[in-house]
Amino acid sequence: MVIPAQPKPLQGEPMVIYMGPQHPSTHGVLQVELHTDGEIVNRAIPRIGFLHRCKEKIGESVPYDAYVPYTDRMDYLAAMNTNWAWASAVEKLAAIEVPERAEYIRVYVAEFNRIASHLVALATYGLDLGAWTPLLHAFRERESVLDILEELSGGRLCFGYMRIGGVANDITPRSIEMGKAFLKQFRAKLDSLNELLSFNHIFIRRAANIGVIPGEQAIAYGMTGPMLRASGVDWDMRRDEPYSIYPKLNFDVPVGQGLKGKTGDNWDRYWVRVQEMYESMKILEQVIDGLPEGEFRAKVPAILRPPAAEVYCRQECPRGEVAFYLISDGGKTPYRMKVRGPSFCNLSILETISKDMLIADLVSTLGSFDIVMGEVDR
Amino acid sequence: MEHIEIFNRLRQQFGEEVVLEHVVTGDEAKGFRDPYILLKTESLAEVARFLKDDEALAFDMLHCISGVDWPEYFESVYHLFSFKHRHMATLKVRTSKDDPKVPSVTSVWPAADWHERESYDLVGIRYEGHPDLTRILLPEEWEGHPLRKDYETPTHEHLRELGL
Repeated sequence: MVIPAQPKPLQGEPMVIYMGPQHPSTHGVLQVELHTDGEIVNRAIPRIGFLHRCKEKIGESVPYDAYVPYTDRMDYLAAMNTNWAWASAVEKLAAIEVPERAEYIRVYVAEFNRIASHLVALATYGLDLGAWTPLLHAFRERESVLDILEELSGGRLCFGYMRIGGVANDITPRSIEMGKAFLKQFRAKLDSLNELLSFNHIFIRRAANIGVIPGEQAIAYGMTGPMLRASGVDWDMRRDEPYSIYPKLNFDVPVGQGLKGKTGDNWDRYWVRVQEMYESMKILEQVIDGLPEGEFRAKVPAILRPPAAEVYCRQECPRGEVAFYLISDGGKTPYRMKVRGPSFCNLSILETISKDMLIADLVSTLGSFDIVMGEVDR
Repeated sequence: MEHIEIFNRLRQQFGEEVVLEHVVTGDEAKGFRDPYILLKTESLAEVARFLKDDEALAFDMLHCISGVDWPEYFESVYHLFSFKHRHMATLKVRTSKDDPKVPSVTSVWPAADWHERESYDLVGIRYEGHPDLTRILLPEEWEGHPLRKDYETPTHEHLRELGL
């Protein structure tokens, strides 16, 4: 038997580790270059672009209506919302009136998609921190939501349901029944998910007081959506710069309050998303009650030629504000189109806040960002 | 504050030589769309600082930066938002085709960091004063800037030569 020599003391030298692009907790093809000193992260540099598909270049060569399916593949967890952001940008550019019924249907699918997207966000966040079971519960609920969206659009992930001036198909009585049945039981399911994960002591210890982003810093880095609200900034496009039928709807905007730690920590970001699902349910109940009769799509010319002008149109999607900047020269395709993805802006703060963090806490922080690489890289 | 009032405030502060023009896009017949303010390129950083610090304007958020390739010049477009006053503004600066250079605004809004890198990567505008102006979406060894109108899409053979 060989007796090993005295173990060498730890070197304590800085070391560079590449986390990703195939690491499970990077939520897609993100690479984070970690400069570590033992377990401490000195610097974490996000490297992106692995999923770049030239969306903006493609946008310059296809007609406005044909671009809808491309927007599906940006934020593929909230395809309806990105679809809608594109459709409304083109409608603003071409001055198209959307029928009221179409607006109701849009809110119906968009809020369901918000629930589905937030369910993935918190399920995978639990998974990052070692909680397996909530994932199964959350994904079962998400399946029911996807069934509703499939009933309307035929798709389960990339829907392509929005059209310029409305939606592809009218809402069916069956999908409304499915929606009602889902809303009836989902509140209780969400409550039980809270007991399982949100107020779990181990989960709180891993999430609270970590990755704290103060409100001012969040604004300076251009953060939007749940991440901004978790930092205590009371801003939601749906309420503060309302579009579509949101002014008619009654809902609250959850804001981070530092319930378990400091305002703007990982737990706050998680908790804002949970509360937003309750608010989405409120919205959906009102939409089902108030659905008017009428057209589901406006009459739009087969070949759309908007006037030579520019618009910047933004909308509140599950991850934050998606904005499209469109420049038209009067032709069939945009002269230039630019997508402002919320995940792209939200991720840019990672390097700043991850300094002197433990590697395990970096995983927790990144999970709470809820990024979708399809939209970071476009 | 209305967009034209923001323009007037900037004009009052910096004069006609810096704050060049207020343009409302679109036309009379088909309706007007979003307006923008055209600035002198060299004074961008100075104006940006004022936009952020001035009480009446208080543009604390940089929403987006887009690079645009026009036939005669490149444009860098800034969409700003103020949480305090809840108003938006669009700024534009122009730069030459041969040597596209624009002052960086990263020191004013940290959000500009990635947006400027993206614009450099895809359109090829150089942001002077940026701490680390490297490609962000494309590989470091990529040739050309894809969102330029004269960009030729590489063939498979070409990509293989590059080892991509």
